[in-house]
Amino acid sequence: MYHDTFMQESIKKVEAAREANIRLDPRRMTAEEKDILLKTYHPDYRQEQFAELKMGPNKGGKVPVELAALLQGNARITSDQLDLTKPDYDVDVLVIGGGGAGASAAIEAHENGTKVMMVTKLRIGDANTMMAEGGIQAADKPGDSPAQHYLDAFGGGHFAAQKDLLYKLVNDAPEAIRWLSELGVEFDKAPDGTMITTHGGGTSRKRMHAAKDYSGAEIMRTLRDEVLNRQIPVVDFTAVIELIKDDKGHCAGAVLQNMETGELLIAKAKTVILATGGAGRLHYQGFPTSNHYGATADGLVLAYRAGARLLYPETLQYHPTGAAFPAQIYGALVTEKVRSLGAMLINANGEAFMNPLETRDVSAASIIRECSDRGNGVPTPEGFAVWLDTPMIELKNGEGTIEKRIPAMMRMFGKHGIDIRKEPILIYPTLHYQNGGVKITDDGQTDIENLYAAGEVVGGIHGRNRLMGNSLLDIIVFGRNAGRNASQKAKSVQVGELTLAHIDTFKKELADAGIDTDVVSPKLLPDYTRKV
Amino acid sequence: MENLVTVYFFGKKYEVPESLTIMEAMEYAGYQLVRGCGCRNGFCGACATIYRIAGDRTLRTCLACSTKVENNMFVATLPFFPLVKAVYDIEKVKPTEQIMMQLYPEIYSCIGCNACTNACTQELNVMQYIAYAQRGEYEKCAEESFDCVMCGVCSSRCPAEISHPQVAMLARRLNGKYLAPHCDHLEERVAEINNGKYELLLEDLMGKPISEMKELYNNRDIEK
Repeated sequence: MYHDTFMQESIKKVEAAREANIRLDPRRMTAEEKDILLKTYHPDYRQEQFAELKMGPNKGGKVPVELAALLQGNARITSDQLDLTKPDYDVDVLVIGGGGAGASAAIEAHENGTKVMMVTKLRIGDANTMMAEGGIQAADKPGDSPAQHYLDAFGGGHFAAQKDLLYKLVNDAPEAIRWLSELGVEFDKAPDGTMITTHGGGTSRKRMHAAKDYSGAEIMRTLRDEVLNRQIPVVDFTAVIELIKDDKGHCAGAVLQNMETGELLIAKAKTVILATGGAGRLHYQGFPTSNHYGATADGLVLAYRAGARLLYPETLQYHPTGAAFPAQIYGALVTEKVRSLGAMLINANGEAFMNPLETRDVSAASIIRECSDRGNGVPTPEGFAVWLDTPMIELKNGEGTIEKRIPAMMRMFGKHGIDIRKEPILIYPTLHYQNGGVKITDDGQTDIENLYAAGEVVGGIHGRNRLMGNSLLDIIVFGRNAGRNASQKAKSVQVGELTLAHIDTFKKELADAGIDTDVVSPKLLPDYTRKV
Repeated sequence: MENLVTVYFFGKKYEVPESLTIMEAMEYAGYQLVRGCGCRNGFCGACATIYRIAGDRTLRTCLACSTKVENNMFVATLPFFPLVKAVYDIEKVKPTEQIMMQLYPEIYSCIGCNACTNACTQELNVMQYIAYAQRGEYEKCAEESFDCVMCGVCSSRCPAEISHPQVAMLARRLNGKYLAPHCDHLEERVAEINNGKYELLLEDLMGKPISEMKELYNNRDIEK
């Protein structure tokens, strides 16, 4: 139920136009129209929101101002504060991060017969993977092919993807789905076993596999269960605050900090896999976020300080449909699957102002234009918003579709008295995904020997914009890849003397660049306590 | 100024704006959360919460991230609950009734009190899915429990000491792996890829200049 008068009046227009809107298939924008739209309205193009890095591997490059402060921040410890000769943990493979990429990597490293340990600052499964709703792409149907998937992702990412990584992503995709199925993930299937697949924004074939709208949660809880079944040690509520190298300059472990007691611990490892996820909780440009509480770019900071290059750290994804109302769910993800199932984007006047299945960056920019210069937004307490006309789904696909296919969305809005089967919902872009991140080679290794990376912390797989369903795919494909390669490598690694000398090197570079800051990083958690 | 309501976190009184969720209200009161806070959007089960409204004897349960504060609400959080998680090898178990008897025998001690269902933060019919598990009806158990976020509130209320979320987890994996219909087109595509069928096509795309890729992308046909 909407009590606001403007909203009620606007809904009447949406309802009046619904029959006509359903029959529309708004044309897709041309390449030129998209270019102009993005440059004018996409947040990545607001120059004043980016800072040039003055030091480090990406010196001269631009990143969001909030990230620049953390990348060029001070370490939480000094290089001589700890006795590195007495590690608390000594393992073959250390996995940092308890999300989908970390769990996949740990399972494969265990499968490969190595001693693997996971460390995570919250619980295993506290990750953006858990919150991914819509689905996972794989070209596994007749009429589709990995090459078609490659074309969609390469174009959708503005022809900037690292080609060898994208090759791996699309070509290993069906195997990723097979692996998950074998672990017991319940994909939506027809009675004959055919996968039920839909479009996502920017796909040319229906290759989005889903588990209702709990796709990520279903994958994550299954991976977690498998990690626990294999009795892989998981050190939870423990953050990594610094990487450790050996005297050869290879990554050889990490400094851990208990999130509750503050105790510092040393983990020594032959290889390390960074799977720390994204950065939504940095709230770039003041945007709300769909991300997990722990998404604070820690991995980028750890890797950068140790000397690893980042790729495309200036490209962020704003999910076009974040919840804009009510305030209690402001910024929460409204899965793209809502549009895949036929809901259209409608402005305050009841007009279908765009094709609902453009890529995410184009859709977000188009919504921002509608709510700003065009003045066609619906006012909410947090700003302007547009409608996502969910009742269309049941008109197109029959009664019961919403409860069956997107029960989480029905529940999320239902808790706040909005029945999405009968009423449209208000949405506005929300900070969703870090397109860029740590640069890797196709074996998953970063610039630093024996430091691997997987998942959202990596940059380059998707270019400058990621398609829906390619992130759940990426964490599985590249998580497994990193787990396999890091564990194989560990079998031949001789770790030298441990050192934190890179902290001093970095400190000197900061000083040389004239940076005098009181920022300490990695950030670990956002600070939402009220300041009085 | 927004209306304030009185809430009690672990018995201590705070005044907070009435529009906030319990989680936001704790932060408003000054808590820096470490435990009991995860996805902040109802998917991860980190913020199981138990509360009573003064004057009402009913004990209520919810997720702190997706429930608004109410006046005179007495709140206790349950950020961790010691569930029993049986260890098994998914390759070796089979979807038979015996497997539940082996791994989670306590489910047969269910006394039918329905406290689990009444406590569920997701409004699932928990007792029903346990009944399905007892009978080895894993497909039904999987479907009935699908929206479970494994917060553990059900188990905290269970006199038979059942770890409902873990029972359901096992049922879903058994269903996904052994009972759900097999997907032939997936197996076929994996086999094609393993035989290198798409390597040349992909390498050809990787070798094309950007201008040609743009042409291909902008003119690709889109399945209806």
